[in-house]
Amino acid sequence: MTVKIYVPKDAAAVACGADRVAAKLGEAIKARNLDVVIVRNGSRGMHWLEPLVEVETASGRIAYGPVKVSDVDSLIGAGLAEGGAHALSLGLTEDIPFLKNQTRLTFARCGVIDPLSLADYKAHGGLKGLERAVAMTPIDVVKEVTDSGLRGRGGAGFPTGIKWKTVLDAVDDRKYIVCNADEGDSGTFADRMIMEGDPFVLIEGMAIAGIATGATKGFIYIRSEYPHAIETMSRAVELARAAGILGVSVLGSANAFDMEVRVGAGAYVCGEETALLNSLEGKRGVVRAKPPLPAHKGLFGKPTVINNVISLASVPVIMEKGAAFYRDFGMGRSRGTIPLQIAGNVKHGGLYETAFGLTLGQIIDDIAGGTATGRPVKAVQVGGPLGAYFPRALFDTPFDYEAFAAKDGLIGHAGITVFDESADMLKQARFAMEFCAVESCGKCTPCRIGSTRGVETADKIARGIEPEKNKALLTDLCNTMKFGSLCALGGFTPYPVMSAMTHFPEDFSPAPMVEAAE
Amino acid sequence: MTINVAAGDLTRRTQAIVDRLIGLEGPLLPILHEVQDEFGFVPQEALPVIAEALNLSRAEVHGVMTFYHDYRNHPTGRHVLKLCRAEACQSMGGDALAERVKKALGIDFHQTTLDGSVTLEPVFCLGLCSCAPAAMLDGAIHGRLDHETVDALVQEARQ
Repeated sequence: MTVKIYVPKDAAAVACGADRVAAKLGEAIKARNLDVVIVRNGSRGMHWLEPLVEVETASGRIAYGPVKVSDVDSLIGAGLAEGGAHALSLGLTEDIPFLKNQTRLTFARCGVIDPLSLADYKAHGGLKGLERAVAMTPIDVVKEVTDSGLRGRGGAGFPTGIKWKTVLDAVDDRKYIVCNADEGDSGTFADRMIMEGDPFVLIEGMAIAGIATGATKGFIYIRSEYPHAIETMSRAVELARAAGILGVSVLGSANAFDMEVRVGAGAYVCGEETALLNSLEGKRGVVRAKPPLPAHKGLFGKPTVINNVISLASVPVIMEKGAAFYRDFGMGRSRGTIPLQIAGNVKHGGLYETAFGLTLGQIIDDIAGGTATGRPVKAVQVGGPLGAYFPRALFDTPFDYEAFAAKDGLIGHAGITVFDESADMLKQARFAMEFCAVESCGKCTPCRIGSTRGVETADKIARGIEPEKNKALLTDLCNTMKFGSLCALGGFTPYPVMSAMTHFPEDFSPAPMVEAAE
Repeated sequence: MTINVAAGDLTRRTQAIVDRLIGLEGPLLPILHEVQDEFGFVPQEALPVIAEALNLSRAEVHGVMTFYHDYRNHPTGRHVLKLCRAEACQSMGGDALAERVKKALGIDFHQTTLDGSVTLEPVFCLGLCSCAPAAMLDGAIHGRLDHETVDALVQEARQ
């Protein structure tokens, strides 16, 4: 029987040499005339082990990693095709603690299947949610999503079902489903991973959203920095259309739904939903004032559901297993699971899907294993460039929308970036302002001007020019930006700045210039 | 890379792209992407062709083109090296790596080496935050960079 060897095609694996490993494996297999086929799967999310090569055996998939090109010959020699012993062997993939302790609902298939094989997708439970949805009334589909407690995974945490209900109730000749795949936050890669590792789940989620709201057209807006995701997603849409999942009759039902992949052009602010809609329309990615909500007047002025990739990709499992199944995970008002993205200076970086409620300390110390450099953790930025920096003193904060808000932070898209003690928090605060200045769309003054003034003020503090006065000024500026900006870019940039100033005051009091010694 | 394009040829090639994509809903960004793919940048002379077809003013097309970081109004070097400047890469020494690359190439961000071999650009996140620091050379991605591997990238780019 042909043996399957898996070498991920996920961008993180490719960046660590997976393409070269796959090519070398292919040569070695050919040279030895082995009955082996190489499958390019998504990533299992254990990025410190990438490229993670797996082989299918009678007892399950056995993992090897991180595999370098120079390891391939010795792996083949050790009997890779039979799961033979080797120094790089990690045993059964499913038994690796990092993976075993997860609750994979949204990412259940990611890294397991061939991303572009619909047969593989169906064999692992794919399309069951959509099959159920086409047999239901739209209002019942919306109710199921509402009851699941799913909240927008892009960062705002708005209940997905309520957004869908608004669009369902809106009356118009056309409605749209827009998937926000403009994942620009540093420290986040969940959207990229699901698009590269299980693209059909996103297509299925969007088709369900279309059926639930009466929308017939969808757009996936993917950032241009993700060429691999764009390629996989575009191909998956073609395959889904050819298989009758998309088109005038979704799965043979009376519902029509089709979609297009669109590519961004390097503007961070287009991750903001109204800027994204303008960008899709072919305009400058400038933020729109709300109201009107996109659910009433969205893309081309039509009622539009705009959801994050992970929100939409979580819908199929909710429809397949029911609202109660999903709702039973989590804590408080944060229901279900969240794919944590552990990044930066960590020993065990990658994607970890789990129910809400783990504390930040459990995530950093137990799951991520501390820093890669081995030095103490100084700060953790949760939620991307607009998220707060938390010190170790706040490591007891549970991962939950409300708990983070109560500590003046946000979970955002659940990206967690770890810094060791070498981090200079004044520099990080300055960077937050600089980033806002570079990426501001320019529509509102607090963001456009405030960010530039913020950089200048941080520079003055760094040079020791009237530090107390300038710290007060920076605080005042943050307040203006927080309450006066139109969208989250200007409104949330104060989070990293203020948290750095509050929790790491020592970095904002540079040592006074030393007089000539002796 | 096509740098010197005859005006008539440029108009014809731009028009062909416009004709192919004009049926899309919101065609301007897809058109600008393809024009940049075709010429390596978005030539000023292409803007009136696009504006005319989409019933926009030339100023509107210019406004859209200049809003987005991706669209360039001038050609790049033979290779484009993008270094990630975002937080996750900073936490793994991305700043020091950037300084090293700038010094090796003798240029700052947004500049091209005198021999026309490399353009250096910053990028804010390639989604490789668990394999930081990361870079992209002509569309190929590289993670877990250190002095040795980044020097090799610079070497590759200079050729």
